[in-house]
Amino acid sequence: MKKEVVGRVNGTMTVTVKFFSLIREAVGEEQTTITLSDELRTVAQLKTHLGQRGEQWREALSHPNLIQAVNQRVVFEDQLLKNTDEVAFFPPMTGG
Amino acid sequence: MVNLPVVVTANAIDPGALATEFFRSHPDAAVATFTGFVRDFNETSRVQALFLECYVEMAGKVLTSLGEGAASRFELKAWHIVHRFGTLTAKEPIVFVATSADHRAEAFSACEFIMDALKTDAPFWKQEHDGAKATWVSAKLADENRRNRWVEEDKTP
Repeated sequence: MKKEVVGRVNGTMTVTVKFFSLIREAVGEEQTTITLSDELRTVAQLKTHLGQRGEQWREALSHPNLIQAVNQRVVFEDQLLKNTDEVAFFPPMTGG
Repeated sequence: MVNLPVVVTANAIDPGALATEFFRSHPDAAVATFTGFVRDFNETSRVQALFLECYVEMAGKVLTSLGEGAASRFELKAWHIVHRFGTLTAKEPIVFVATSADHRAEAFSACEFIMDALKTDAPFWKQEHDGAKATWVSAKLADENRRNRWVEEDKTP
């Protein structure tokens, strides 16, 4: 399989991560850009990585009803990430 | 003038004007419309204002996919979805949906399907303000159940 090459620097990839609602309030940020090594490939691994930022991050990202999206589509935790992806974490939706 | 089928906006919406425009643009045999308004009460207190947070880029994609799914499933002639975000006051319109078809059953069903799916699938989050405190609204099991009624024969979303 051909690997994504756009913007790659020495085996790393950069993803944008957005937070909404309760999760945004808990982590205290709306958005962050993060450069990951190639060993971190899934959304679950990204969550673990972000959890190292502190207890509030760990707690927010282990919220039992947490939903994750990659490039504006809801995905499971084992979704593989690629360079320039936009990841988002949020609680169940309550529009309408 | 071609209207965009999906509008996600921080500006106030006028459901009467939206309905009139939809009837004019789509003079089909059966047109159903639904308008949702900010409620001025919840389980425990009066609601003065509602903050509606939105993941705008994703909302546009999800609502487009729901509208297209409804159009193919219910053989719609046309559809229109308008959703507010930002700060709203009690009784203000939040959401407007219009569907047109050859027969009322399809128009009604499509309108209901879009609303039921939108509640659980579109990235909006309500926070109610009662003057003293702000409370994030929890997702309701009843909404989940209404969404799931459509799943058995679901072709798209």
